[in-house]
Amino acid sequence: MSARQTYTRPVAGWWRRNPFYRAYIVREMTCVAVIAYALELLVGLGRLVRGPETFEAWLTSLARPWPIFLNCVALLLIAYHAWTWFEVMPKTLPFISVGGRRVPDRAIVASGAIAAVIASLLLLLAFLYL
Amino acid sequence: MKRSNKPIFWSLFGAGGMLSALIGPMLVFLTVVAVPLGLVSKQTMDYPRALAFAQSGIGKLALLVVISLFLFHGMHRLYHTLHDFGVHIGPGAKALCHGLAILGTLVAAYLLFKLGWA
Repeated sequence: MSARQTYTRPVAGWWRRNPFYRAYIVREMTCVAVIAYALELLVGLGRLVRGPETFEAWLTSLARPWPIFLNCVALLLIAYHAWTWFEVMPKTLPFISVGGRRVPDRAIVASGAIAAVIASLLLLLAFLYL
Repeated sequence: MKRSNKPIFWSLFGAGGMLSALIGPMLVFLTVVAVPLGLVSKQTMDYPRALAFAQSGIGKLALLVVISLFLFHGMHRLYHTLHDFGVHIGPGAKALCHGLAILGTLVAAYLLFKLGWA
């Protein structure tokens, strides 16, 4: 008995046809930047274990044009991830109610964005001054 | 009935997504853009300061949590995105995606252990 030739609808390029799908794919592909940054930190940690010269050489290598360019792209993608993460929070969180009224979507998105700004400022202060 | 492991990996995906949304942009900007370009003093991430951070309890925890959760978030999302592109890779590749995140976590834990305590 031969294998059945079932029809499979082609899926290549489906997301290019519609701006909403394109934005969805860009959002999903931000994961590449998140993975790359985690691996970059892991490499830095490995260099730290091997001693001062190796670690300083790693820092110097990050200042070359290509790593700077790629890390700037990663920065933009992760910032886009952050924005979309808060934008979908009204859908990903269970309904929250305050005083018997459902918290409006806009308030949930705004609280997420404000929390991110506060957390980032605290990180900046700790990084520079602690 | 066999329990699904989905809630575990989805929680790690969510935790990593939340952490990277809260501090990801600032963390990337400071560590791999601002420091190499000299926008902030080199001393903020030179060897002595980086070592002291990685030898402190809070520094070890921060590094482990960031590396691990970022990997779990990214690898989980990558697995589902491959599916959207028509790459039907099945349970083996799913195990590989989550396995790489687990491996990265173990490597980070090993390196932090090796650095010792101040």
